[in-house]
Amino acid sequence: MLDVRGLKKVYEGSGRRVEAVRDLTFTVGAGELVCLVGPSGCGKTTLLKCMGGLLAPTAGEVLLEGRQVTGPPPGMAFVFQEYGRSLFPWMRVGENVELPLKQKGLSKARRRDLVADALRSVGLADASSAYPWQLSGGMQQRVAIARALAYEPRVLLMDEPFAAVDAQTRADLEDLVRGLWRERGITILFVTHDIDEAVYLGERVVVLSASPTVVQEQLKVDLPPDRDQLHTRVAPRFAELRTHVYEQIQAAKRGVQLGGTPLEAAPMDAPPPLKDGLR
Amino acid sequence: MRLGYVLALPAVLVAVWWVASDDSTDVYWPPLRTILETFPDVWTGERLRADVLPSVLRLAGGYTLAAVAGIALGTVIGSHRRVRAVCEPVLEFLRAVPPPVLVPVIMLFAGIGDTMKVVVIAAGCVWPVLLNTVEGVRAVDPVMTETARSYGITGLARLRDLVLPSASPQIFAGLRQALSIGIILMVISEMFAASNGLGFTIVQFQRGFAIPGMWTGILVLGLLGFVLSVLFQLVERRVLGWYHGLRASTRRSR
Repeated sequence: MLDVRGLKKVYEGSGRRVEAVRDLTFTVGAGELVCLVGPSGCGKTTLLKCMGGLLAPTAGEVLLEGRQVTGPPPGMAFVFQEYGRSLFPWMRVGENVELPLKQKGLSKARRRDLVADALRSVGLADASSAYPWQLSGGMQQRVAIARALAYEPRVLLMDEPFAAVDAQTRADLEDLVRGLWRERGITILFVTHDIDEAVYLGERVVVLSASPTVVQEQLKVDLPPDRDQLHTRVAPRFAELRTHVYEQIQAAKRGVQLGGTPLEAAPMDAPPPLKDGLR
Repeated sequence: MRLGYVLALPAVLVAVWWVASDDSTDVYWPPLRTILETFPDVWTGERLRADVLPSVLRLAGGYTLAAVAGIALGTVIGSHRRVRAVCEPVLEFLRAVPPPVLVPVIMLFAGIGDTMKVVVIAAGCVWPVLLNTVEGVRAVDPVMTETARSYGITGLARLRDLVLPSASPQIFAGLRQALSIGIILMVISEMFAASNGLGFTIVQFQRGFAIPGMWTGILVLGLLGFVLSVLFQLVERRVLGWYHGLRASTRRSR
């Protein structure tokens, strides 16, 4: 579905040369929910922007369904961390959600259905005529998610979407994202710096090294598909996985590649199994 | 109650003027009573049509021209870094030229008719609109820009749904400045060379020693400026309602 091959991004400006991403290769299968974690400042956002076609990589390529991404592809939607700056304050909630659909050239009736459906999915059915700034932070991020859903993307890229909301709202939003993923079968790539969040949400966790970034490890999260905040987070397996990821991140910060891993079954050295018929 | 606050100071000022000038015998400072008595005689329907209407039309023409040109050019200059680098020094120079100086120059090629007045008004009003638009367009939030890009919102839709609304608070600040400059230039251009208009009438009264008449002209100008500013505010509240709401909500959350 989504292939990242040998991705490298170097920022050059005024005599300074910053290698943000060195060499990244990984794939996301169709319908997968993959979390990317890494130490802060490891180029997660750079990576996501390259994948979303917002930044041109220095080397390497990103393929969406086999086709190289050169600009923002129509089948992809983005949810940004800064919800307050991503929604247009001069438009009402409904208009914000509808705007990308207008650009797609959908009929009025179709747009209305999609907007209503997306807002209902995120629990904001009656907020359509409010302005974004009349809503709380968590609700604003729900609107941003609704806008992405209404766009009917095959891939949803989320860049630390819950980093700026309070803990309780965050738990609700995490469950919302997992619920939507299971309901709609969208492929989701979720970037976060929160290890617990990555393990709780993901079917797979890709651990990134410190900048210049490479893939430190890929880890399959073998928790049951039904997860809830209360039980999943205290499950022994959850603790093992999060400890493991934590160790990897610490190692990444020190710049070492951990050798033999304590979790026999979970880590994957080879690229993840490919879903049938894709790629 | 609120209306009371609004009207209190004007009422006091008028009263002070009334009392202070009541027994004035100075021919240049006639009593307010005399001025007000002259008012209905001077500003008849005929005069409103012959002098006020042409002035307002010239102002409307020049102001509209300046708004359209300023927003259009400002958007182009603000969106392109290279164009901006080339234009900025020139713009700063042109802005620094006091607009009334343009009147004699523009008279040379535009004559002394309505065209001259409209051009003078436009030439003076365009700068605040242009420069504010440039700043507003430059300051579009990068996250919003990326959002628009990622959803394929480009070209005209980007201009209509992102750039112009985002710059609109700045653009309106420019339009507001331009409005007062426009009124000034309207009067000045009519004082130089005209056969009708508010500025022309006031100068006529002054030259004919019709001092109370001259004062009524000044009152009409003041009223005109006031009405235009109220109208402007009404439009601004409508168009920038979201902006005032947004600001109020960020203030509350702090």
